[in-house]
Amino acid sequence: MEYVVVTFLCLAILLYFLLGGADFGAGIIELFTSTKNRSRTRKTMYQAIGPVWEANHMWLIIAIVILFVGFPYIYTTMSVHLHIPLLIMLIGIIARGTAFVFRHYDAIKDDMQWLYNRIFRYSSFITPLFLGIIAGSVISGHIDLDAKDFLTAYVWSWLNWFSISVGLFTVALCGFLAAIYLIGETDDEQDKRRFIKKAEYMNIAAVVFGAMVFIAAQFDGIPLIDWVFKNTVGLASIILASLSLILLWYLLIKGETKTLRILAGFQVTMILLAISYAHFPNFILLKNGDAISLFEAIGPPKTIYSLGVALLLGSILILPFLGYLFYKFKKKEE
Amino acid sequence: MDDFLAARSQMALSLGFHIIFSCIGMVMPFFMAVSHYKWLRTNQEVYKNLTKAWSKGVAIFFATGAVSGTMLSFELGLLWPRFMEHAGPIFGMPFSLEGTAFFIEAIALGFFLYGWNKLNKWFHWFTGVVVGVSGLASGILVVAANAWMNSPAGFDFVNGRYLNIDPIQAMFNKAWFSQALHMCLAAFTATGFAVAGVHALMILRNKNRDFHFKAFKIAAVFACIGAILQPLSGDISAKDVAERQPAKLAAMEALYKTEKPAPLLIGGIVNEKDKTVKGAIKIPGALSFLAHGDFHAEVKGLDQIPKNEHPPVAITHYAFQIMVGIGTLLALISVIFFINIIRKRSVIDKRWLLKLFVASIPLGYIALEAGWVVTEVGRQPWIIYGIMRTKDAVTPMPGIAYSFYIFSAIYISLSIVVTFLLYRQIKMVPVVYDKSDSHDLKS
Repeated sequence: MEYVVVTFLCLAILLYFLLGGADFGAGIIELFTSTKNRSRTRKTMYQAIGPVWEANHMWLIIAIVILFVGFPYIYTTMSVHLHIPLLIMLIGIIARGTAFVFRHYDAIKDDMQWLYNRIFRYSSFITPLFLGIIAGSVISGHIDLDAKDFLTAYVWSWLNWFSISVGLFTVALCGFLAAIYLIGETDDEQDKRRFIKKAEYMNIAAVVFGAMVFIAAQFDGIPLIDWVFKNTVGLASIILASLSLILLWYLLIKGETKTLRILAGFQVTMILLAISYAHFPNFILLKNGDAISLFEAIGPPKTIYSLGVALLLGSILILPFLGYLFYKFKKKEE
Repeated sequence: MDDFLAARSQMALSLGFHIIFSCIGMVMPFFMAVSHYKWLRTNQEVYKNLTKAWSKGVAIFFATGAVSGTMLSFELGLLWPRFMEHAGPIFGMPFSLEGTAFFIEAIALGFFLYGWNKLNKWFHWFTGVVVGVSGLASGILVVAANAWMNSPAGFDFVNGRYLNIDPIQAMFNKAWFSQALHMCLAAFTATGFAVAGVHALMILRNKNRDFHFKAFKIAAVFACIGAILQPLSGDISAKDVAERQPAKLAAMEALYKTEKPAPLLIGGIVNEKDKTVKGAIKIPGALSFLAHGDFHAEVKGLDQIPKNEHPPVAITHYAFQIMVGIGTLLALISVIFFINIIRKRSVIDKRWLLKLFVASIPLGYIALEAGWVVTEVGRQPWIIYGIMRTKDAVTPMPGIAYSFYIFSAIYISLSIVVTFLLYRQIKMVPVVYDKSDSHDLKS
């Protein structure tokens, strides 16, 4: 049963990254869209993510609940040592979630829209940035359980070049996912071209920030290169990601939308796999060289058993319903 | 501000707001479903418009409830890491089920809000009902987790270690039923009175009378049934607390000395230093009866409880008085309402009754918050009753006061914006949902 729980945890993180990430990305795209095209982007985006908006963010809740029920020590270590970035991320989530709903449901469309839009765009940028910073910090080996002073314990744990590079990389990936997603959501040729341009820029940004992650890792003494290139799975996934990148650009120029989405999702999945495979099942890498492993920090057997049953039952109830939701609102124009 | 106090204040604030947002998001789908049903059955356009108008409110509150709930799931760890480290695996079961219920609710809401004219009309209606049922289930599960803190179960506590953990037993702890029942009824009562009150106000102002009266009736019926049943559920809760948490009961009634029979105090000013209560109305033997069902039974006072395990008495006592006082008042209004309905008097022309409903808009929520103060403050100094003290659970990180200030600012602005949005929704009723009024003016 512990494998079930671990699988669900990884799946929830991945899905949040892909679906929630595309959501964040939509806001990022809006942020980097010229003023005259913004309302068009907004409209496409609303049609695209409106119905599935709430569901996309449930994956975060699922992941966090699995963590605190099944892996309480991992959850509390993160909460204590990454308190500040978690707090900022939370503020981003609140601001974004409410601004998105408010701007749509305000019965009178007036100057308040300006405020909602501002909040929505900036928080769409900040939230994945800090999400990435948190993810980077967890594997950066900067978390120091024996720290005596405030800065080492609560600030340098996440404020370092590696974590920030991962944060920026995450933002670029989210933007990329969203742009690819939005291409298929519009029928207007001009809009389509705009989103293709955006996807290209975001992809370039992702490559640049990706390189930055490697450089920062080198400076911070994180063996990222070893993780990725010194084992077959890491190597294979990075090669697949690179190959799919070439294919992706080809399809992008041709304007083939359906395969594009799958390919973009595949690429991000491969990147996540490449980074995390080498140290799996270690979840948090600590400063003193130790690590907190998923299988060591796992909760008592009865808890894991009932959590696993709850997750399995839950997915039997949820997945068909969720699939139908995506399906129903996908074929809207037909 | 000291870090421990800041952490407690931040938690109280976050819960306080989340409770209101989520209660509205949990109860309004039921009103919506009734109105939707009437539209499908009677084909009266007004019910369709009402459903749509309410669904906007549901969407707004669901979103705020969802983000404030997401926040709470993080805050538990951010503020109380030592608590979560031990409690997570024990009381996590309801949370994982709640995750499922909440997920279903979000999916169903997606169907409902975007499904007009796209789905089979009865399937569409059904998704609205699913929103309500899964929301209610979420609420019950979260309350079950809280009940575990009051009534820890499902583990053996040996030499500071938590052994033989059984999450199912923990979920069905002794307090879950009485707390969940009380909370559900409170949610329906408070939200029902608030919604009915707002619509009553619009009737009094002679705006879209038919539209608002239909809305008023649906909300008021839910509210009044809840308010009449609530004292019964309160009685179950009181007996339960008397048995499990005598310190909490003693604090609720400011009972410093063990008495047999014990009187019920109504009101009064508590002096925590001298351990006295001034100016309260005493009903002899009534507390004995409420706590143990016998006018002569002994009720444990705070003198039998070690001093370092006393909860704050004044706050708990006042909060309890507020809750019971308002509860009684709302039950009375409900009885009057039903008498009028049974005698087939027209409520719409009874301005004084409508005014009573308007005055009740905030009352239900005040009582609901007061009730949570009783539960939470009355459990202090424990975070897990009898097992772990709140001060041992708090995060080692200093500077929580700043995070408290930030959260206060966020919640206050969020409430202002939500109120503002609702005000605008209501203001737009004649334009968007019910054009009959402007019609009348023209003709």
